[in-house]
Amino acid sequence: MLEILLYIQVGICIFPLYAIIKGPSLADRMVALDILGVLVTGICIKLIIITDQLFMIDIVYAWIILSFISILTLAKYLENKKLND
Amino acid sequence: MTEIISTIFIAIGTLANLISCIGLVRLPDLYNRLQASTKSVTLGICSMLVGVLIKYGFIGIGIKALIAIPLIFFTATVSAHALAKGAYYFGIKPGKKTVRDDYEDAYNK
Repeated sequence: MLEILLYIQVGICIFPLYAIIKGPSLADRMVALDILGVLVTGICIKLIIITDQLFMIDIVYAWIILSFISILTLAKYLENKKLND
Repeated sequence: MTEIISTIFIAIGTLANLISCIGLVRLPDLYNRLQASTKSVTLGICSMLVGVLIKYGFIGIGIKALIAIPLIFFTATVSAHALAKGAYYFGIKPGKKTVRDDYEDAYNK
């Protein structure tokens, strides 16, 4: 059962990848990148229970904080840029 | 018994993630997309962490999973807010069906 849920979780990562390719502007791509980072966290959480490797919760923490910092940096970059430059 | 309950929680989280990803592709506007996807992805991850807590109980990893819930709750919302503000300054207008734009006054000041 959990393996099937893991496959679903990996499969729905297709949607943000498609949005990154399609997105008309830079900001759309950043939104999709934000969502993709959180979905990878979900993959790690499922791998905790399936493989029974308890250290993987630390990877979840590191991934949350890295995703947060990178998205904040990209948002600050986006503020100082204009659409038609 | 605990395994069944934790599997149910993880299934709920996966369903929320699936719904939010469909919203990410289907919705017309950037702000709609940001709101729909960020909220329900955060809900899904919180539900999965509750599933981990129920599976292992209140020993080390369960406590860590419990502490990760407010962490992801605050970081996801703050990053979404920063992204929305950055997108507004970048010059992306809300869609045609948006009836009210309160942020415009603060932006033009």
